[in-house]
Formats: sequence, structure tokens, C-alpha cells
Amino acid sequence: MDFEVSDDRRMLADTLSRFLSSDYDIAARNKVAYAAPYHSPEKWAALCELGTLMALAPEENGGFGGTGFDVTTVFQELGRALCPEPVLAQLMAIRLLMAAGEDLEGPLSGTTRYAVAIGELSAPYTLDLIETEASGGTLTGRKSVVYGAPGADRILVAAMAGGTLGVYEVDGSDARVTAYGMIDGGPAGEVFLDATQARTVLADGAAALQDALDWGTLALCAEAVGAMDWSFATLLDYLRTRKQFGKRIGDFQALQHRAVDVSIEIEQARSITILAASRMGTPEQSRTCSMAKNLIGRAAKLTAEETIQMHGGIAMTWEYPLSHYAKRLTMLDAQLGDTDFHLERVMAAHMAA
Amino acid sequence: MDLSFTPEEEAFRQEVRTFLAEKLPKDIAEKVKTGKSLTKDDHERWQRVLEERHWYATTWPKEAGGPGWTPVERHIFDEEMAMAHAPRIVSFGVHMLGPVLMKFGNEAQKSRYLPRILNQDDWWCQGYSEPGAGSDLASLKTRAVRDGDTYVINGQKTWTTLGQHADHIFCLVRTNPEVKPQEGISFILVDMATPGIEVRPIKLIEGGHEVNEVFFTDVRVPAENLVGEENKGWTVAKYLLTHERTGIAGVGFSNEALDRLKGLAREQRRNGKRLIDNPLFAARLSEIEIDLEAMKVTNLRLLYEAQKNGAPGPETSMMKIKGTVIRQALNDLSRRALGPAAAPFPSEDLEGNEALVAPEHAHAAASYFNNRKLSIFGGSNEIQRNILTKTVLGL
Ligand SMILES: Cc1cc2nc3c(=O)[nH]c(=O)nc-3n(C[C@H](O)[C@H](O)[C@H](O)COP(=O)(O)OP(=O)(O)OC[C@H]3O[C@@H](n4cnc5c(N)ncnc54)[C@H](O)[C@@H]3O)c2cc1C
Repeated sequence: MDFEVSDDRRMLADTLSRFLSSDYDIAARNKVAYAAPYHSPEKWAALCELGTLMALAPEENGGFGGTGFDVTTVFQELGRALCPEPVLAQLMAIRLLMAAGEDLEGPLSGTTRYAVAIGELSAPYTLDLIETEASGGTLTGRKSVVYGAPGADRILVAAMAGGTLGVYEVDGSDARVTAYGMIDGGPAGEVFLDATQARTVLADGAAALQDALDWGTLALCAEAVGAMDWSFATLLDYLRTRKQFGKRIGDFQALQHRAVDVSIEIEQARSITILAASRMGTPEQSRTCSMAKNLIGRAAKLTAEETIQMHGGIAMTWEYPLSHYAKRLTMLDAQLGDTDFHLERVMAAHMAA
Repeated sequence: MDLSFTPEEEAFRQEVRTFLAEKLPKDIAEKVKTGKSLTKDDHERWQRVLEERHWYATTWPKEAGGPGWTPVERHIFDEEMAMAHAPRIVSFGVHMLGPVLMKFGNEAQKSRYLPRILNQDDWWCQGYSEPGAGSDLASLKTRAVRDGDTYVINGQKTWTTLGQHADHIFCLVRTNPEVKPQEGISFILVDMATPGIEVRPIKLIEGGHEVNEVFFTDVRVPAENLVGEENKGWTVAKYLLTHERTGIAGVGFSNEALDRLKGLAREQRRNGKRLIDNPLFAARLSEIEIDLEAMKVTNLRLLYEAQKNGAPGPETSMMKIKGTVIRQALNDLSRRALGPAAAPFPSEDLEGNEALVAPEHAHAAASYFNNRKLSIFGGSNEIQRNILTKTVLGL
């Protein structure tokens, strides 16, 4: 057994953390995250320059990482800094392009920015009921709440062709994308495809799509752990300094015990994320990712709600950074399957047995 | 035991319902329904409609210009208002200051301010909290120093709800810093147009503007604006707080939210099925429904006691806790029912051509975040538990 972080990953984490905390602090973040284009193209370029994306693929594909632990290292730092850059979409695209055996130069350098369009209005999380259709080299349908879609150079789209789920690539400028910002910051959009020119990436892509979803799920879990760590540290500081009734509020046992409970759930969240990272590429990958996302959904919500409550009014303000962490921690449940969706997947195995 | 309302009460409910169907402006109800913020004019327009029927000052006795309702009638009225998407009455003047003036105000203050409250000539806001004095209100620092027949006020208030619309503020100020904290506080009325007052907006978590900071620099207020005796403001403050907490369970709002959530869960489709047919979702919804059913009866039991004994007891703290927890759970589930469609920032751009979700749900996430305040203000839920620990459990 060894729970030490390798030197390489520690260096990666340090580099990222240094960049994010100095060049992309919360003030800079909030400035870009809530106004079009809802992220910073310059910061995206700088983040890529640091090799952030290279860590998302193994050496044989041109990267220098690509394991579950590489991915969690990156996303924990992004979460800790509440970074709104669309790295998640890029990760999922990299997994899909890897499955198709395509050249990863553009995606790994970040010079080509991708979005991955899977969810639809009535099927936000599943691959089973996708209605977007591929035929004759074109796509028709609507993809909903596609993270990172505005401004993406290319969009990878899950679509059906004669009963088979495939992956197709559309040029960002060919699709009609309506852009909006998210309540927790960052860009997303509706993608409208109307006989839009498309290139086939994987004619049979169900397995690759599930794999991309799993990696995305793992990344979100790690992002949440980073954001929970930041939020909890901030709460502890506050409990130690805020005074009411002539005492530090951290002296009230009513708050002490709840703070302890939150810290226990965060450790549980960290553990299940480690477990999921360790099982990437094994037959247990999907199931463990679902377990992780379910637990993360619960822990992140508890952390968001409790850190606000124990701060009192101050955490309800836009000015206080914690409020933005709380929004992110709450809303990431709605990405790539919420607690109930993943609980059902875990349950399914028992019910079938 | 009989849980049914009397025939008179049922008839009253019908009367309220008919009134709301006829008189509540549609545009205002639509804003409330979709979670959009109301303008000052929206509030005043609606409150004028209510006052025409003498249904505005619902907590006032008949002789003062109120309807003289029983607690049960008030409860029925609140329930119907929420179901009809009527704006909540802005309570600072009518429900907080009004009763205080009736009890502690002198004749001059009553005859000057009460009619102006009723006619909405004055918009009041509440200046209690300060940056260093939240739960521990008695530690407030804003100073008022007597100088002839004026008080000179210096300090800062915060969290002043709708202070941007207000022309008057009732404040707790420190008039004697030498004695025990509770003993040196006074309750004073301040015209916001007095030189030396500055109001600064505070933006909340979801981006809205409903609270403010209010700064006082050498603000000179006539001594006749003191309500009750100098240094006896704590009694006044506490009396006002008991009024702040009535109706705090928000039963009507939860009823309305549950109704809406059921509709939403029937519309939303997941995996080829209606969301309501998903057992996990149905279970969550049903649990909240059960809690709400029970709370409604708990609330009625307390109303019954209040009707018998006059004033509401410390049990109102129980309703504050349970009521806010249920409302927040409903907000939470509504947001979740929309899945990723709840995530876009509600903005003008989104409302145009290709709105993501039905417009009446666009604010589900924003409402969830905004309503985290419910368990913080009006005495946080932790403070309510402290009150119950002492008063009800005797610990
Ligand atoms: C949206 C909003 C609107 C408001 N409107 C108004 C208004 O119009 N006028 C006005 O005067 N005020 C208003 N308030 C202020 C509100 O009443 C205070 O926020 C509230 O009293 C809590 O104070 P605080 O925020 O300073 O938190 P604190 O008092 O600093 O509390 C921080 C945390 O410590 C807990 N805590 C404190 N003491 C104890 C204890 N003894 N035991 C256990 N736990 C404890 C609290 O419950 C909370 O969780 C508003 C607040 C909000 C958020």
C-alpha cells in the first residue's frame, strides 16, 4: 500500500497551483466566469502552455500522464482555484480521439479546443435515448447544456446512425451554438444541428462514449474534492476568527460537531475518488465512477450548504469567494449524471444479481 | 379532535381566493411565479389593492385600520396569497414597526406614522444587524449621542433588506456604552434623507440586489424620534422580533412549491419516462410531502394555542426551523428536477428566442441559492435551537 503522491504529480500540482493562485485568483476568475465568453482565452492558452492537458494522455499518445491519478491531480487544482476553463470537455475529447486512434497534437497542446455534446433535453445523462441523427455525412438534432461549446473549434457529437451510436465531429463554426454562462460560472450552450456537415470519428462509439463519460466523472469528483478542501479550510478560518457573544463561533459545540461531520464526509469523498482513479482502465471503471459521483454529490452538497450556514450572512454575498465555491459544488451534481442517476447505476448491479 | 376548519373559516378562504383571482395583477403574479425580482412599484401597486379592501395591515386590530383577523384567518390568508403567487407583503413598516408603535410609541408618533404606514407613504427598513453584531445583536456599536434635542448617530448597519427603496429606517443604537450590553440600547426612527446617511448595495450569491449596507456619519435625528425610553430599546427590539417570526413557517410557500414541483416532475422526462415515475425521485418528493403534511398540522396546533392564549410562544422557533428546512428541501429538489437545464445563469439573453427550459423554471437554481438565507436571517436556525433548548427543553 502506498498513498504517497509521486514527485512528478506533486510538481504538476505545484506548478498548476502557483499559476492559478497568482495569475488566476478569485477576483480574476469572477471577472471572466460570469461575462461572455465566460472564460479567458488568454488564461486557457497559459494553462495549456504549462502542460496541463499533456497530463491527460499517456506517453504513447504524445502526453506524459493519462492515468486516473494524473487526471485527479489536475482537476483537484482546478477545483481548488475554481477555474472556469473548459478543461473537462477537452479531457473527454482526448479520450474519444484516443479511442479512434487519432492524432492528439491539437487537443493536447490546446491549440484546438473541443466540446463534447452528448446530453439532450429529455436524456440529459444517458446514452440510451439519443435522438440526434447522423446520415449522409450530416447531423441533425439538438444537444443541450454543452459545457465549453461556445467558441470551441470542434464539437464531438454523439449521434445515432441506423440504430448504432457513433461519434461525429462538427466544425465549431458550422454548428449553431447559443452561448450562455452558468450560474456557477463558465461557458455552455445549446448546440443546434440542422443537416450540419460532420466527419465520422467512431461509427460504433458507445463504449468510447461511456469511457469518456467515466473519465469526465472522475475529473468532476476530483474537482469537487479540491473545491471542498478550499471551502473547508475557509470555514475553519472563519470559525476561529468570527466572534459573537464574546467568543469565537468555533467555541460553540453546535458548530464544532457539524464541522467535524463535514470534514469526515470530505475525507470519504477523497477516498472514493482515489478508489475510482485506481480502477480506471479496469472492468470496475464505470461502476466505481458511479459510486464516486454519488458520494461526491452528497458530500459536495453538504459542504456547500453547511459552509454557507456556519458563516451566516457573509457567505450569502457575491463578494465573499465562498459563495462561488458553494455554487460550483452544488451545480456539479447536474453534470454527467446526478447522485440519483449514479445511485441507480450502482443499484442496477444488485438488482440484476 | 377536529382538524377541519369551521364553515366560517372555509367561507373566508373562498372569499380570499375570489379576491385574489379578481384583483391580483397578472404581471406581478407572473414575476413572483418565475422568481424574478419585483420593483418598488410592483410592491406598492399590490399593497394598495390590498389596502382598498383593508387587507394590508393583517396583523393590526380593527380599530387601528386592520381587518382584526384571528391567527387562523391570517394563516388562511397567507396560504392563499402564496398559492396565488401574490408578492409577500413587505413587512418592515406594517408588520414590524406598526405593532411596535402601537405598544411603545407616544401619541404623536402613533398619529404621525401609523396612517403613513397604512397608506404606504413611508417605506421602512430594519436597521438591526451590524458587521460585528449578527446573532449577538446586543453587541451592536452604532452610537447615538444626545446633543440638546437631537441624537447624533455614527456607525454602520448591514443586511438592510430593500433599504434601496426605503425612505425611513428603524434602528437599534447604543446610547449608553457603560452598562451591560442589553441595557444601553435605544430604538429610534430615522429619515433616510437626513444628511450623513449613505446606502451601498450588497450583491447576493445569485446576483440579485435585495440587501444593503447603511453608513451613518454625524447623522442628526430629532430626539422625539426615540420610541419608548432611552436605553430601554432591547425590550422594544425583542417585541418586534416576536412579530418578525410569526408566519415564518412559510406553509403557503411550501404548498405552492410542492404543487409546482409535482407538475415539473410530470413534465420532465428522463430515460423515456416521466421523472415522477422514477422511484428515487418519487421517494424524495414523497418524503418532503410527508414532512410538510405533518408541519401543517404542527402549525395549526400552534395557531390554535395562540388563538386560545393570545401570543405565540417560543414554539414559533420550532416552526422557523422546520419550515425553512422544508422550503429549502423543496427548492433543492426543484433545481435537481431540471438536471443540467437548471444550471444556466438566468439572464435576459436566455429569456429570448431559445430559452433552455420553460421560463417559469428558469430561476430554480437562483431561488435555491437565494433561499439559503431562510435558515440564516430572522435569528439563524442555530439561535432558534438555542432558544428551544432553554425555553422548551429547560436545559
Ligand atoms: C438576505 C438577508 C437579509 C437580511 N435582512 C436583514 C434586515 O433587513 N435587517 C437586519 O437588521 N438584518 C437582516 N439580516 C441579518 C440577519 O439577521 C443576520 O445575518 C443573522 O442574524 C445572522 O448573523 P450573522 O450573519 O452575523 O452571522 P453570525 O452571527 O456571525 O453567525 C455565524 C454562524 O454562527 C452561528 N452562531 C452564532 N452564535 C451561535 C451560538 N450562540 N450557538 C450556535 N451557533 C451560533 C450562526 O447560527 C451562524 O451559523 C439579513 C440577513 C440576510 C442573509
